[in-house]
Amino acid sequence: MNTRPFLGWFVSPAGLVAAGLIAAMLAVFQYSVRAYIPGTLEVGGFTWANFEAMLRPLYALAFWNTVLICFETAVFTLLLAYPLAYTLTRTNSSALRSFILIVSVTPLFLGEVVRTYSWMIVLGNNGFLNTLLLKLGLVDRPLRMMFTSGGVIAALVHVTMPIMVIMLAAALSHIDRNYEKAAESLGAGPIRIFMTITLPLSMPGIVAGFSTAFAWTFSAFATPQLIGGGRVATVSTLIYQLGFSSFNFPFAASLSIIGLALSLAVIALLKKAASPLERMAGTT
Amino acid sequence: MKRSPATIALRWSGRIIVAAILLFVLLPGVVVAISAFNDRAILQFPPQSWSLRWFYRAFSYSDFAKGFWNGLTVTVWASSIAVVVGSAFAFAIHRYKFALRDFLEGILLSPLIIPHYTVGLGILILASQTGIGRGFPLVIFAHVVMVLPFVMRSTYISLENLDTRLELAASSLGATPLRILFTVTIPLLIPGLLSGWLFAAILSFNEFTATLFVSSQATQTLPVAMYNYVREFADPTLAALSVIYIVVTATLLTIANSFLGLGKILNVDAH
Repeated sequence: MNTRPFLGWFVSPAGLVAAGLIAAMLAVFQYSVRAYIPGTLEVGGFTWANFEAMLRPLYALAFWNTVLICFETAVFTLLLAYPLAYTLTRTNSSALRSFILIVSVTPLFLGEVVRTYSWMIVLGNNGFLNTLLLKLGLVDRPLRMMFTSGGVIAALVHVTMPIMVIMLAAALSHIDRNYEKAAESLGAGPIRIFMTITLPLSMPGIVAGFSTAFAWTFSAFATPQLIGGGRVATVSTLIYQLGFSSFNFPFAASLSIIGLALSLAVIALLKKAASPLERMAGTT
Repeated sequence: MKRSPATIALRWSGRIIVAAILLFVLLPGVVVAISAFNDRAILQFPPQSWSLRWFYRAFSYSDFAKGFWNGLTVTVWASSIAVVVGSAFAFAIHRYKFALRDFLEGILLSPLIIPHYTVGLGILILASQTGIGRGFPLVIFAHVVMVLPFVMRSTYISLENLDTRLELAASSLGATPLRILFTVTIPLLIPGLLSGWLFAAILSFNEFTATLFVSSQATQTLPVAMYNYVREFADPTLAALSVIYIVVTATLLTIANSFLGLGKILNVDAH
């Protein structure tokens, strides 16, 4: 008897998709080492010039900028998402739970463009925040919030919040509450319980959420492009400019290879840095 | 139990912090909703006079209507293909060991961490090298790749919760593997498959970065059309469209929450 019925039928479609994806990635690799011929979509022979060009300050700065923006976004997202996830899993009021769930999950389904656009209205010179600040007399002329990395980060935090809330809430909801009850019965205060039990036990969720936030932000294009307005250079905006304004696909390809390598490296680093913490959470 | 003043202070500061964070999450939506009813063509806060004209324009602007139908076509095809391909593969990796199993799984999950522009650029280059052209099949393929990890995950979770004794019972009664698959396994997996499809459809309908690379003027989806609009015009049409988007999405999610329990789908319910 066949002990693995339908194996071929079940695996081959997925195999085809995987083959397509591999071919696409190989195409990027192959383009990244080809010469750019201005004015045409054809590419020239083998060259390392694209990767050498990345050492120029403009591009090196864009990489540094992107990593910094992603890191700051992930940190702020974690700080804002944790209290929401905590309340979501611990509140006794089902109305509050539904409210937080809907409010924090809806943006996930709105797409980057809608959310970025709404931040353009919040941050613009005639926008909500500036009008508010002017009316309150806190400033005498509009603050420049559009086209700054601060503005980009605020919008990115908002874009990344839902996924972080979901991942943290998943981790928090799987913690055995008896540990907290035991600590409480032994006289530990709420802060101590949180710091010594809840926080360490939610560490896997924190690491997963942080690296996902980082990867998502790294991938984000609409937000840095529209809020940054070309004045906040990130890897994604550079790739788009190179591809669709100057049709320099080989250079765009090499940039996206480095972008991919960088985001994989940072995620691997995060995992490594977090493993002692996770071990701690596993044994205590 | 009597609570100390310190505990009470802690509780209240916690509540204030949570309220402030919720305000931050809600603020852009509220601001967008107010500006959508602004009569003037220039974005301004607060609006001086009110009108519904931007809603009218959002509905009559042909690029949006076309983008909506394009997006719907791509979404239905991509999420349906992804559910069939992804759930079959999830079934195989859940039940069987086979050659290249971990490799294939790793490849298909990789779009979760590969930047979307890398995937988009790769598919675009591949298309131009092979002469496939930037039609709907290309956009649909890109979307299948993007949503497959989510479908696989959702099927995998359903398979974990499936009681295999039911399949054994059917088998001991003489049912063929094919009959077991269609009368026992798939019916039991339907909720997981449906939520996987829904999740894939929503993600696909909103996918932007990779679509920007692989779509053309003829195949652009709604998010791409919106992006092009915001680069060309500064009027509040997009605010009106955003309001429609927010209202529809929030309504769908509220319905999904009351019928299906969103917490269960997203795996965040307390145990």
